[in-house]
Amino acid sequence: MTLHVVIIGAGSTGAAVAHDLTLRGYRVTVVERGEVACETTGRNHGLLHSGARYVLNDPPAARECAEDNALMRKLMPDILELNGGLFVALNEEDLSYKEAFLEACAQAGVPAEEIPIKEALRLEPNLNPRILAAVKVQDGVFDPFHFTLAFLATAKHHGAAVHTYTEVVDLVWNGRSVSGVKVRDRRDGREYAIGADLVVNAAGPWAGRIGAMAHVHIAVLPVAGTMVAVGRRWVRRVINRLCPPCDGGIIVPQRRNSVVGTTSWPVENPDYIAIPPEQVEAMLAAGEEFIPGFRSAPLRGISAAARPLLHESSQLVTADPGARGVTRGFSCFNHARDGAPGLFSIIGGKTTTSRLMAEVMGDVINEATGITNPCRTREVPLLPYHAFYV
Amino acid sequence: MRTLNLCILRGGPGRPAAYQTYRITVDEHLNILDAVQKVWATQDPTLLFRHACHHASCGLCGVRVNGRERLMCLTPIAEFPDGATVTLEPLRNFPWVGDLVVDVKPLMERMAAIQAPYVRRDELTAGGEEGTRFEDCIECGLCMSACPVVGSDSAYLGPSPLAMIKRLLEEPRGRDIRSLCLLAGDAHGAWRCHSVMECVEVCPSHVDPSQAIGWLRRYLILRGRRQPAEAQRR
Ligand SMILES: Cc1cc2nc3c(=O)[nH]c(=O)nc-3n(C[C@H](O)[C@H](O)[C@H](O)COP(=O)(O)OP(=O)(O)OC[C@H]3O[C@@H](n4cnc5c(N)ncnc54)[C@H](O)[C@@H]3O)c2cc1C
Ligand code: SF4
Repeated sequence: MTLHVVIIGAGSTGAAVAHDLTLRGYRVTVVERGEVACETTGRNHGLLHSGARYVLNDPPAARECAEDNALMRKLMPDILELNGGLFVALNEEDLSYKEAFLEACAQAGVPAEEIPIKEALRLEPNLNPRILAAVKVQDGVFDPFHFTLAFLATAKHHGAAVHTYTEVVDLVWNGRSVSGVKVRDRRDGREYAIGADLVVNAAGPWAGRIGAMAHVHIAVLPVAGTMVAVGRRWVRRVINRLCPPCDGGIIVPQRRNSVVGTTSWPVENPDYIAIPPEQVEAMLAAGEEFIPGFRSAPLRGISAAARPLLHESSQLVTADPGARGVTRGFSCFNHARDGAPGLFSIIGGKTTTSRLMAEVMGDVINEATGITNPCRTREVPLLPYHAFYV
Repeated sequence: MRTLNLCILRGGPGRPAAYQTYRITVDEHLNILDAVQKVWATQDPTLLFRHACHHASCGLCGVRVNGRERLMCLTPIAEFPDGATVTLEPLRNFPWVGDLVVDVKPLMERMAAIQAPYVRRDELTAGGEEGTRFEDCIECGLCMSACPVVGSDSAYLGPSPLAMIKRLLEEPRGRDIRSLCLLAGDAHGAWRCHSVMECVEVCPSHVDPSQAIGWLRRYLILRGRRQPAEAQRR
């Protein structure tokens, strides 16, 4: 008998889970209240992390990024800019991290190679000529909407159904087990139930609201970040600041544009994030530090989204108001132990590692269902995103 | 802060079409997309709109702003005086899903038929090495909505698919040139364009489809692919 799984949320997480589960032989239905990738995923920085960003404060996350970066290059090369990245030291303090950074990269299996400053400036002539060190890494660039669509296109071709503009308003129960979702079609207001053997909560920063429908407490902390795009391709590769994660530490080139980000501040309601003007100013100033003249290019967009970060208490520690210390890792839960068998959640992580996150979720689901079909997402290449529509 | 009256065309298949006005106050450094999102989050959760990146890369938030095709993420609040009414309507020439959302399938099917590529050679950055970048066209459909020929001939390939064929002929990346020429040289291809230039006006992403169509016509003539008789008669 084929088991039916409903996945709530079509961000990179839900999309990757749909791909993983269809390949394991489950029947999959994805429900998303808006457009594909319309929330956190859609507004992320588009950086296919090399892992180097996390080597100093979160080595397991760094290793995961490095492994899946290498895989995604093979699985969806046609929608990635693969020009690599540089970590540059802008001052003496940055420089003081260099040895520890290179050492940590080596330990976490993140390829990194220091290059002479002269060489870095030859490769990226617009970079600040006063940089004090440069390290080459294997960053890549994606557009998050198309990244997500590629997963969903492939899942659809393996039988998945994807319902956008369909919001989960409640869970359906069979006795003490979750046995489906009640949804509202936002196009016509119609409400109906979708029965399922299993329900996967991949609602990102809204995962707590889905959990609450089952009286399950989910410790997800929405932490927003702002990004600012300018209309000039100042650099060819991703430029990172050689320091622990900090505000405005990354420039991602993309099409004819450059996107600088990001910040980190907790928000209550991620439905609408009011971007403070001073953050826009701070991002442009950060861009200027990397690239003199950065802000002379025309403004090309301001965005913010909330990371769904895992946090025990959903409360912040005062010592870390920006939540920079909260792990960028992820967790998968089987809520049978919380009194809601049939409900699963997948929270945290990054778009870069969404395939890996989905693999772990698939293993947790297999364990619960007794199905033994192994994960196949490491081998099966993703279809072109246009296939989602045809 | 600035207060605007967003007059939004609501409705869809099976629902009556009517304008509904929302009064909304937003920071003036933001864009119309933020105002619409704020309306949805704070006043009316039933409002339908499409968005993702908010920096003109995903191609989702195209609508007509005061009658003109634009991306909402590139329409600054500061363009409108305090108290102004801004009319927002869905794109034309696509099936209407509801409110500001249209079904982009017709464009995506055309792009899929061409096997439109996403990544191209990067000619923009200095440094002397080879690199790649994303194609300029973000498949937002603004040109398809603005083009009167798309409106009158549903089989017309349209500005952005033709511009994409031009890109492929320029940089084939191993593609079969003959089949691309067949598509472009079809009666509903490059010859169908009336040079109204609306596509150039509205394109938010440096594509210039009109120039690309002129380029295609010259390309086809040089390869002996004249205008088909069917198109000449029109
Ligand atoms: C500013 C910023 C920059 C980032 N940069 C990067 C980067 O460069 N590279 C990287 O790899 N990662 C990056 N990340 C992290 C990455 O974006 C997130 O980890 C990832 O997108 C989370 O995806 P998700 O699918 O879990 O959440 P989401 O994308 O938020 O998806 C959840 C979905 O659930 C839907 N939903 C919610 N409630 C319901 C309901 N009731 N019914 C139906 N659907 C519902 C929402 O509409 C939403 O689409 C960044 C994050 C932020 C905030
Ligand atoms: S050519 Fe320009 S207007 Fe037309 S779809 Fe592409 S980006 Fe949009």
